[in-house]
Amino acid sequence: MKVITAIIKPFKLDDVREALTGIGIQGLTVTEVKGYGRQKGHTEIYRGAEYAVNFLPKVKIEVVIPSDLTDKTVQAIAGAAKTGQIGDGKIFVGPVEQTVRIRTGETDIQALE
Amino acid sequence: MKKNLYLLTVGVALTSGFVLFTDQAFAQDAATGVSADVKFILNSFLFLVTGFLVMWMAAGFAMLEAGMVRTKNVSMQCTKNIALFAIAGIVYWAVGYNVMYDGVDGGFIGTILPKSIPAPSSDTGDYAAASDWFFQMVFCATAASIVSGTLAERVKLWPFLIFVAILCGFLYPIQGAWKWGAGWLDGLGFLDFAGSTIVHSCGGWAALTGAIILGARKGKYGPNGQVFPMPGSNMPLATLGTFILWLGWFGFNGGSQLALGSIADASSVSRIFMNTNLAAAAGVISAMILNQLLYGKVDLTMALNGALAGLVAITAEPLTPAPIMAIIIGGIGGLIVVLTVPVLDKLRIDDVVGAIPVHLLAGIWGTIAVPITNSDGNFITQLIGIGSIGIFMIISTSILWLVLKFTIGLRPTEEDESDGLDKAEIGLEAYPEFGQGSQRI
Repeated sequence: MKVITAIIKPFKLDDVREALTGIGIQGLTVTEVKGYGRQKGHTEIYRGAEYAVNFLPKVKIEVVIPSDLTDKTVQAIAGAAKTGQIGDGKIFVGPVEQTVRIRTGETDIQALE
Repeated sequence: MKKNLYLLTVGVALTSGFVLFTDQAFAQDAATGVSADVKFILNSFLFLVTGFLVMWMAAGFAMLEAGMVRTKNVSMQCTKNIALFAIAGIVYWAVGYNVMYDGVDGGFIGTILPKSIPAPSSDTGDYAAASDWFFQMVFCATAASIVSGTLAERVKLWPFLIFVAILCGFLYPIQGAWKWGAGWLDGLGFLDFAGSTIVHSCGGWAALTGAIILGARKGKYGPNGQVFPMPGSNMPLATLGTFILWLGWFGFNGGSQLALGSIADASSVSRIFMNTNLAAAAGVISAMILNQLLYGKVDLTMALNGALAGLVAITAEPLTPAPIMAIIIGGIGGLIVVLTVPVLDKLRIDDVVGAIPVHLLAGIWGTIAVPITNSDGNFITQLIGIGSIGIFMIISTSILWLVLKFTIGLRPTEEDESDGLDKAEIGLEAYPEFGQGSQRI
């Protein structure tokens, strides 16, 4: 099993969700986050004074999938979240040791289906 | 022949008598129009209705300030606003009104006594005594509201309220007496119809000395001249507050006609409403356009300040300007705001809501502009009025702020300021469901 963590632009969330349901992913977790990457924030003007916004709002999605779906999932997210502009975000893939569905006690792949 | 002459004389006398009579009748018609009783009723009605419109401005200031401070200071700002209105309401009865209006006689101060109200059966004059007191009281409260916005987020509650009590009981009434109480400035011919100087600049000076003596909010200015903006918590509230102030201003300026007992008065009040609205509208538009040209975008808070600056600017003379002049006077008010807000930041004078540009500087502009449209005014006298009231307010409020600073202290501790005055002094967050979490990043 793998966990896919993607940081995306907030307005792309719906597109990404649709892309993931399109390839049969059953569930995902979404968090509103702030941070920066190469974009390094930007400047704003409030009442005539310029100030730096160091942390930009992003959406973090986390989805745990069977390992064989990894490439398909990464491609679905990357395809849906891409605008080509700076600040599109990143996708991280990591291992997951165990999954338990709390209601039934099912584990691992069974718990994901 | 003699008889004819006699008849002719009688005829002429009768005719001229008739002419005289009708002329007199016409003259009386034009001068009073309505009976003394009706005039009394209409004037009192004007004071009461426009008075509660000005009272509503206290709500406008409260909402504007609640929106312009950060989440952690909103409850405190609301507390200050309800408290200062209550204090103004009592001290303006206890001393303020008579200091301002009773027996000034071309001098500097009236009498230090509570305002007494005659029994309804013996209430004489052009209006009900209590209606006049009410109308003047809400103006006094307006001057105090101006101070609370500038000093937001970093002044302790009780020292601020002590300042408000003395401002409303003595400082505002004394300088008000010089003009509106028929004091020495009135004798010189100084003109300030509804109080660009007497209300708005008066509050503005108190805010300026307070901001300098109190210092900026911690973290507002960097060591190398950087400015770190602290955006307000709620723009809808700030916008609502500005609309409420705009509404209340029709009472502020319209009621300052002080009479509604004739066609001329009703026409003047209406003309004042129109000019007041034009000036406010021009202030918004000019502030928006200048902000777009200077910074490439429109700043809502500047547009809101622009409305108020236009209103303050037209307040010194809302009656005589032609509509186009009202637009110009108000429009320049809006420009003043956009140009001077960054100047205050350069001087490290931290004005949370922009009250110093809006009330002090646009107030000075409006007062100087009076002679442009009113031939009874002259620039020298206007400058004497602005300068003398300025000097009086700077000296008196500086002493008061310094006495408070070195006795009970004005500022909360650094930790309390950082935690927010809601938690430190009020013990109640304005938005507990969002809480401090919304401030952390």
